[in-house]
Amino acid sequence: METLTIVRLGGQMSAREQDFLEFVQAGGQVETSDWMPDEYRAKLIKFIEMHGNSELMGVLPEREWILRAPTLQRKLALTAKVQDEVGHSQLIYRVVEDLGKPRDQCLEDLISGKSKFHNVFHYPTKTWGDVGVIAWLVDAAAIISQKALLKCSYAPYARIMKKICWEESFHILHGRDVVLTMMNGTDEQRELVQEAVNRWWGPLMQFHGNPIPAEDDPMYQWRIKSQGNGEARQQFLDGYVPQIWELGLTVPDPKLRKNDDGVWEFSEPDWDELKHVVTGHGPKTEERLGLRRTTRDETAWVRRAVLAEAA
Amino acid sequence: MIYEVFRQERKGQAFAHAGSVEAPDRAFADWYAREEFGRRGESVALWVVPREAVHEIDDFIDELERNYHRVDGYPLKEKLREARERAGTAAPADR
Amino acid sequence: MSERAQLLLPIADDELVLGWRNSEWTGIAPFLEEDVAFSSIAQNEIGHARALYQLAAEELGTTADELAFDRKPEEYRCSKFVELRLVPDWAKTIARHYLYEQSDERRIGALMESDDPEVAGLAAKIDREEAYHRMHAQMWFDRLQDEPRFIEAVDELRPLVDERGEHSAEFTELWGEMTMVRRSVAGATW
Repeated sequence: METLTIVRLGGQMSAREQDFLEFVQAGGQVETSDWMPDEYRAKLIKFIEMHGNSELMGVLPEREWILRAPTLQRKLALTAKVQDEVGHSQLIYRVVEDLGKPRDQCLEDLISGKSKFHNVFHYPTKTWGDVGVIAWLVDAAAIISQKALLKCSYAPYARIMKKICWEESFHILHGRDVVLTMMNGTDEQRELVQEAVNRWWGPLMQFHGNPIPAEDDPMYQWRIKSQGNGEARQQFLDGYVPQIWELGLTVPDPKLRKNDDGVWEFSEPDWDELKHVVTGHGPKTEERLGLRRTTRDETAWVRRAVLAEAA
Repeated sequence: MIYEVFRQERKGQAFAHAGSVEAPDRAFADWYAREEFGRRGESVALWVVPREAVHEIDDFIDELERNYHRVDGYPLKEKLREARERAGTAAPADR
Repeated sequence: MSERAQLLLPIADDELVLGWRNSEWTGIAPFLEEDVAFSSIAQNEIGHARALYQLAAEELGTTADELAFDRKPEEYRCSKFVELRLVPDWAKTIARHYLYEQSDERRIGALMESDDPEVAGLAAKIDREEAYHRMHAQMWFDRLQDEPRFIEAVDELRPLVDERGEHSAEFTELWGEMTMVRRSVAGATW
């Protein structure tokens, strides 16, 4: 049997932990009631919680556009999309709760800024062009990561990812439909799309995170993630840059090209901006967390009246 | 209270565990389960069960290797060859 | 305006605006399961509005979207009751939900008796969906009936149920937001 990479945990791994590591690296699946190393559980909770936070925060940039949707069909499709995202956060937080961290605690930590959510949800949405571009490209970037999570070693999470990926496929279709309709419309509508692409390109390129070698990434070692950040980004570019270009849209990166080896080259994303944003300093972070805080406070009485009762 | 939800995708299929919802009582649990696991028409039926009614068993005993429960407990090939020889019905080239 | 349109527009406008107000809770409802559930109710209401507009639109030689978005604020026939902005007050939101469903049941029931088979048919479909809304409203009523703020909300809102007349400033603001993208590029397809 091949020797497997040992994760540097800042201390010795016990034999039981080593067995567990070998188990997950060989493709083993872990259930809620199984024994797991403390580090695995902690990393899992943090990762999955961030996903739940992101789904919930992702609702906020989009929900205003439900109210402004220009046709009844778009209004319904967008409401359903946003509803899916809330539903995803419900599924995800349930998984976190069964791992040992209550949903209330997750929401408290989100609102206080203690836990994080993905960079893209810290930015403003300015036009209906954003609605199309988010559903088409931002969701596409997310779905690439999510498909990789179908192989997560923690089975309850892998299982809900199936439902999440299925529902996300509708979102991308909706996004494309919105964009194509605008691209086939007036000059003003095409300009809305181009302008949105220009604004979202930076955050999109940062979305998958800075590349970490697999041997240095505990998330990969524990098989929580099965795909590296660089690989995800390449997949995104490969899938979606052709889709962008074929509509006559441009990408605001003069260095973007696919080289002869099939690898996409691009300007180095702004990692400082990414760090700045995910640590709570994005243009809309304060306002959106503030909205969550206010509505949560205003509805606390409802949860007390309805959820706090003994079984 | 946590309710576990099992869903049936099409008539005739088995009910499979789909996830769980938090609800104050059965009426709410039914509403939430229908929404979470059926709003896109992906299920034809659901079973909604309070979590405490579901008990997991994951220990199964077979200390003495009960091979009569398994396919490898029935080595027929040799016996069949012998029986055919005795009956004069030579085994065909392909079984 | 045709008799059918006269009959259907107030209901369609009520459903559109109530659906719009209810969808203001999407993402910020008291807890996640209810957020998903309430969003479905809002979608159903907008779906009802669309179907009603489509029937009226046939008579008027227009489209559901044009009826929903391209009228001037004073041409809408919704009640003041549905125009009220109630977020983040869940007590008032559920109170309105409960009272509206009660009143709407009577109204849809009357439509189901219509001589117009298309109207009666659509009303029956709407009623079957509304049965779930009534169940939801009752469920919440049963849970909240011991909360003073909820009873107060019901008492406060009850007199407003069928009030129709001049639209509030809130409605003008709602209309502005509802139509802003559509008006931004006149005549465009979205």
